[in-house]
Amino acid sequence: MSSLVTRVRLQQIEKLIEKAKRLDGRGLGDYREIKIEQGLIEKAEGSARVLLGKTEVLVGTKVETGAPFPDTPNEGVLTVNAELVPLASPTFEPGPPDENSIELARIVDRGIRESKAIDTEKLCIEPGKKVFVVFVDIYVLNHDGNLIDASALAAVAALLNTKMPNYEVKDGEVVIKQGYTPLPMKSHPITVTIGKMNNRLIVDPWLEEEQVMDSRLSMAINDEGNICAIQKGGTGYFTHKQILEGMKLAQEKAAELRKKLDW
Amino acid sequence: MNEKPEKLIDKKGLRLDGRKPDELRPVKIEVGILSNADGSAYIEQGKNKILAAAFGPREMHPKHLVLPDRMVLRCRYHMAPFSVQERKSPAPSRREVELSKVIREALEPSVFVEYYPRTGVDVFIEVLQADGGTRCASITAASLALADAGIPMRDLVVACAAGKVDDTVVLDLFDTEDKVGCADVPVAFMPNLNAVTLLQMDGILTPEEFEKAVNMAIKGCQKIYALQKEALKTKYMLIGQEEEVEE
Repeated sequence: MSSLVTRVRLQQIEKLIEKAKRLDGRGLGDYREIKIEQGLIEKAEGSARVLLGKTEVLVGTKVETGAPFPDTPNEGVLTVNAELVPLASPTFEPGPPDENSIELARIVDRGIRESKAIDTEKLCIEPGKKVFVVFVDIYVLNHDGNLIDASALAAVAALLNTKMPNYEVKDGEVVIKQGYTPLPMKSHPITVTIGKMNNRLIVDPWLEEEQVMDSRLSMAINDEGNICAIQKGGTGYFTHKQILEGMKLAQEKAAELRKKLDW
Repeated sequence: MNEKPEKLIDKKGLRLDGRKPDELRPVKIEVGILSNADGSAYIEQGKNKILAAAFGPREMHPKHLVLPDRMVLRCRYHMAPFSVQERKSPAPSRREVELSKVIREALEPSVFVEYYPRTGVDVFIEVLQADGGTRCASITAASLALADAGIPMRDLVVACAAGKVDDTVVLDLFDTEDKVGCADVPVAFMPNLNAVTLLQMDGILTPEEFEKAVNMAIKGCQKIYALQKEALKTKYMLIGQEEEVEE
């Protein structure tokens, strides 16, 4: 990306923010258009594609059997992984996951895990021995900013679309039967990311705004409007007051999205 | 130790280790204890024992990471294999990669990175023993290591967690409280600038509880901040005394 062009753009973005405007015409608290499509990968147990403006994320889930963690013998296992595949952005490179993709996966993981979105006790087959393991794989297909919110939405949408194989236990062996049941879900966390730029808070920053803003705050909000995970990122800071403002904004936006999505 | 306690707070309102809800664990900080590092610090917070060292500003390797207008701050948070109950593989885990990133982002707002273009500063954190709240104690120590290395900073960064166990909001959770409790909110803070440079949370909190936890964590930060400054002064007062003796 040519830095000369970017500088001019960045200044333009900053100037507009001062007037509470944004380059793409949105208000400071507006999301881009959200489109969700479920079940487009037949071989996956669940899948969803989310378009957040031009940001595009595909999530596929796989359900397999495996051993539980020793400290939670009666609960199924959730594993979240994110791939920033090179076709999604000129800045993504092939190779093992870097800190950005690990952070993304762990933010989405925390949102789902801490809100207890999946009823993991229902994923237990044989306590201490066999449980269902749910793999959530996040595939970023086009990076135009705010991968966190898009990925978190796509992950929950994919989980809602996930089918678990029917099974029976015969002589201590798990036998998969015909048919499927939906994955037991208890909550639908929604993650809202807020960017801070020139001491103003904006919602759903897109790529160019992400390059000007000095920090972000992502909050996962559960069905009751409580906070279940937070992550601050970026090399700037938030004042104490801005954090509380951000929390209110995140709650409002989560409620708005929840209504729209009917979650 | 593996048994989950039923109650984390007793009838008198005291915690498993006898602390009041808003009480910190004992904190001990020392500055300048590693002779090869440009700056270093050691912190004990309860059973946590953590070393931090800063190197630089120095030539940046690999060269393609050099930035023309500022220095690059790098950070590695690492846990010793013997620091926890079950041996931790020395290879960096996903958790350590994430923590290295958030710790770097917690420290960076305090550093005048634009003063040293084309250079790098490395901060290495080794957790020798972990007992909950290591990311916070690491930030407190790492910031002192940077200061000890003489790197120009806006303020020291200090960190402390608050959280919720049973139904009470408490300060500075130790391992069992962190694992069995309801929520954990680590906060890093620059007191002079009223700036929060790290904020994370897991668990479920109502907005009111969250606000209370953040306030409590910031109060905890301010208490540790005083100890941080004290530790920095102690080192340089000792140097001053030694020089007088030589004269």
